[in-house]
Amino acid sequence: MSAIPVSSIVNGDPAEFLCRADQTLLDALRDALGLIGTKEGCATGDCGACSVIMDGRLTCSCLVPAPEADGATITTIEGLADGRRLHPLQDAFLEGAALQCGVCTPGFLMAAKALLDRNPDPTEEEVRYGVAGNLCRCTGYDKIVRSIMDAAREMRETIPS
Amino acid sequence: MQYAAPASVEEAVGLLSGDPQARPYAGSTDLIPQMRAGRPEPSLLVDLKNIPRLVDIRSENGAWIIGAAAPAAALTEHGGLSSDLPGLVEAAALIGSDQIQSRASLGGNLCNASPAADSVPALAANGARAVIAGPDGERTVLVTEVVTGPGQTSLRAGELVTELVVDRPAPGTSDAYLRFIPRTEMDIAVAGAAARIALDGEGTCTRAEVVLGAVAPTAVPVPEAPDLLMGSPIGEEALQALAAAAAAACDPIDDKRGTVRYRRRVAGVLARRAVVRAAARAKERQ
Repeated sequence: MSAIPVSSIVNGDPAEFLCRADQTLLDALRDALGLIGTKEGCATGDCGACSVIMDGRLTCSCLVPAPEADGATITTIEGLADGRRLHPLQDAFLEGAALQCGVCTPGFLMAAKALLDRNPDPTEEEVRYGVAGNLCRCTGYDKIVRSIMDAAREMRETIPS
Repeated sequence: MQYAAPASVEEAVGLLSGDPQARPYAGSTDLIPQMRAGRPEPSLLVDLKNIPRLVDIRSENGAWIIGAAAPAAALTEHGGLSSDLPGLVEAAALIGSDQIQSRASLGGNLCNASPAADSVPALAANGARAVIAGPDGERTVLVTEVVTGPGQTSLRAGELVTELVVDRPAPGTSDAYLRFIPRTEMDIAVAGAAARIALDGEGTCTRAEVVLGAVAPTAVPVPEAPDLLMGSPIGEEALQALAAAAAAACDPIDDKRGTVRYRRRVAGVLARRAVVRAAARAKERQ
């Protein structure tokens, strides 16, 4: 099986790696690029733990053949903070205790980012639908939903610099 | 397993004709879980998303032409399509989470040939056609002729669906799709029902198609729907008769999502509600 060269933009930087057709984008991110913030949960697209934003769309990286990353722009959890300054969603999750074991957290944060990117002022119902593709077995979801609402409010009130 | 991302339909057909174990795909939201569940890997993955006409959505000669590999999210974001075919778009929008919506396509939903595919009843109720490209050129068939049984299609070796073609609705015509699942999101239909209804200026029903999903090996029409609904305004008596006809049209299985009896009952209720919803939309489009 021949290695396929892939050239993509990951978290704003060019990223080049080799992959096989039977690998997923999740495998490539974790194993080839060492970006282990993105988690494998179910590996069948049901749990959302592996969520990334690929060419502007929220995607389960476990369902994307790795060669598709060629030419793509990908944002993972590692690209959410601005240097050492956490993203408002990350701050809100910490403040609101929206995580316990933390395995689902990167996926929730990426789903929440994708939601707020297209809808900065979501209702609670819209937030719940926006993270319907993400499973959490610890929190019971309420703290996650409240934290996303808090971050959205914070982001709306912050004057863009 | 190898990977190819052809840039044209001709190239894709060449790859698929040259290798019987090659498999075309759009979102891989069914393909990858199926491989993980133990189905044999194809020898070659043919990614269809780099072919412009397979991801395009356009209106031409009175019809919507929807690329078979266009993601469901592109359908819901398309204002013109959503306004013309709200039932088809709401069916596509029910397929999985936002993550799945970014990838899942009408072509994939059709060719995966699940009895519970949400978009297939809505395509069928709208009389949609599938454009199929293959080694012998292109042919166009009714969507209802593509799926022949669970996981089975009438596609021949080397063929792929390139586009779905749906007539733009005439004034006074609209559609709707409803499905029942035991939770609000992220499940597979216990039963689904699509309706397309046309009303004239007096509210008389002039056209009616009702197609059920998840209650038979393939999507099934309710054959009595036109006779029961056409020729007068849609009233309570006709709706009750339609629900009974829908229940009778089912040939469901018993499984963890529902029993035969339950599925028949729910299919009747959904059929009736889908007709009411499509009729309300049709009235707004007079």
